[in-house]
Amino acid sequence: MQKTFKIVDEDGIHARPATGLVNTATKFTTTECYAEANGKKVTLKSILGVLSLGLEQGDTMSLITEGEQEAEALAKLQEVMISEGLGEVHE
Amino acid sequence: MNKISGIAASAGIAIARAFILVHPDYSVQKEQVEDTGAELKKLDEALEQSRTEVEAIKARTLQELGEKKAEIFESHLLILSDPEFINPVKDLISKDSINASYALNEIATQFVGMFENMKSAYLQERAADMRDVTKRILKHLLGITQASAADINEEVIVIAEDLTPSDTAQLNRKYVKGFTTNIGGRTSHSAIMARSLEIPAVVGTKDVLSQVANGDLVIVDGLTGDVFINPSEEMVAQYRTKQQEYDVQIAEWKKLRDEPTLTQDKTQVELAANIGTPADVEGVLENGGEAVGLYRTEFLYMGRDKLPSEDVQYNAYKTVLEKMDGKPVVVRTLDIGGDKELPYLEMPKEMNPFLGFRAIRLCLDRQDIFRVQLRALLRASAHGNLRIMFPMIATLGEFRQAKEVLLEEKAKLTAEGTVVSDNIQLGIMVEIPSTAVLADQFAKEVDFFSIGTNDLIQYTMAADRMNERVSYLYQPYNPSILRLVNMVIQAAHHEGKWVGMCGEMAGDQTAIPLLLGLGLDEFSMSASSILPARSLISKLTMSDMKTLAKESLTKSTAEEVVELVKATLDK
Repeated sequence: MQKTFKIVDEDGIHARPATGLVNTATKFTTTECYAEANGKKVTLKSILGVLSLGLEQGDTMSLITEGEQEAEALAKLQEVMISEGLGEVHE
Repeated sequence: MNKISGIAASAGIAIARAFILVHPDYSVQKEQVEDTGAELKKLDEALEQSRTEVEAIKARTLQELGEKKAEIFESHLLILSDPEFINPVKDLISKDSINASYALNEIATQFVGMFENMKSAYLQERAADMRDVTKRILKHLLGITQASAADINEEVIVIAEDLTPSDTAQLNRKYVKGFTTNIGGRTSHSAIMARSLEIPAVVGTKDVLSQVANGDLVIVDGLTGDVFINPSEEMVAQYRTKQQEYDVQIAEWKKLRDEPTLTQDKTQVELAANIGTPADVEGVLENGGEAVGLYRTEFLYMGRDKLPSEDVQYNAYKTVLEKMDGKPVVVRTLDIGGDKELPYLEMPKEMNPFLGFRAIRLCLDRQDIFRVQLRALLRASAHGNLRIMFPMIATLGEFRQAKEVLLEEKAKLTAEGTVVSDNIQLGIMVEIPSTAVLADQFAKEVDFFSIGTNDLIQYTMAADRMNERVSYLYQPYNPSILRLVNMVIQAAHHEGKWVGMCGEMAGDQTAIPLLLGLGLDEFSMSASSILPARSLISKLTMSDMKTLAKESLTKSTAEEVVELVKATLDK
């Protein structure tokens, strides 16, 4: 499953929300979670991976989940994106 | 005795024995190992020990400094468990049959390099986190047992080359009375932490480390930036007194944090703060600021390679307005030029930049830039009490033109259905003598004035404030300046408008009595000057200050004015 977001936070993806995303993804042990941006795909279970995307305000990023709880994982990750004021769903 | 001068980074005075915090040697050597299993086990143990340490630092930071400061250690914990970091280290150990410390350093260096090469300044700074975490793991791998900040268990002054975020967080407030470092500035991480911890600190001393030995007696004066090594008994006694006086003063100031600013005879004025970024608002509120009197928006434009977008600006303005929660926020529109350049605008060099193409002059010419800022401000106005002020206004024509552009953008936004506040006060900075002289005419059209003394003084005295050879002409107490200030306040009050002042002078303890007597309504200063100013004002009587101010206008030199103020305050 996949969903694309537009980054709205002025600092891009910074440490606090990245921590939130990684902690959430890590809870889903039977689901692979990825972030993809600018042609680069990283696991969401790594904070260095997420920060390495170098995302800035205005960039778009896709969250991808694969596996048993993919729908639930994606929903939870979307929640973090929105509640941290990080991004909005990009249609 | 030895005296060293640095940058006063955190106020207060500390007297204690020196504790030299030397960072151990973390250099690693490549070694071939036969038993890679043992290396992997060493790595796991080091990671586990590091996690335990960081958990403890995090808990302590949370307790002493709050959630925001503790977040940094939450991300350190994630790095310590990060598969993208740890797995390559393990692979390298197994594949090349090398020692864990070398493998760790190799992979960590790649991540440090990755962060350093990032476009965003924020992400570049994350390289420091990566280095901090790596050093911690290396410490365990290399078996380094050298004294660290966590080992301090008696009253000391910490002396170091520099302090990392971990070092500072580990400083136990009970024992660490102050610190001083070779490098760093007022806004370096360690300086900011020192102020949150309320530990006196002097940074940027260049070579304090080479001049102190463990156990030397040290005085750190965080008020002046002086550090004394092995001072005389007399000196120590003098500083003990200074320290007691300061402690009494601090306690007295703190009581005033949530109080209004009132003179003895109950005249109320407003004490506001000057800020440069949304993060500064925290300091304003902690110091009892009643408003933001000057939000310098140029920091949004500096340190980038292109103009900030409307949304970037909107978010910054909105954050400040929301954090101030209905208290007034005066935003100054882009004040660039003079000594502040934007490389990406590629402006030609000027003979006299301070008299040149800058501030409102540039904005009225480059309306593409100006309109973006005004739109961002107007959109943000829905989130608080916004006041907009134009810098460097020299003629009424300039103000009218700027106002017209603002109204045009407002009409466009309203037509688009965007909510814009109907209550935005519109003012100007008075920093050019022509505007001060014609203040009676300006007062009919503006909602407020804010006197920018730094520039007003330099233009009135015709002395470049960056030029040391004429710096003696920077005279805030010169009667010519006071007369101009008086004219502006009289003119404004005649039209029922208010007058503020942003600039060094507004927070100056000698100037405050004069400005109060002249009728200034709002004083905007650096956040740390607010409580001292409120304390001073609470001791003054308005009727006396009016007499003082009136008499000061009849004096002929700055020296005479200063003497008069002293004589009045000593009465």
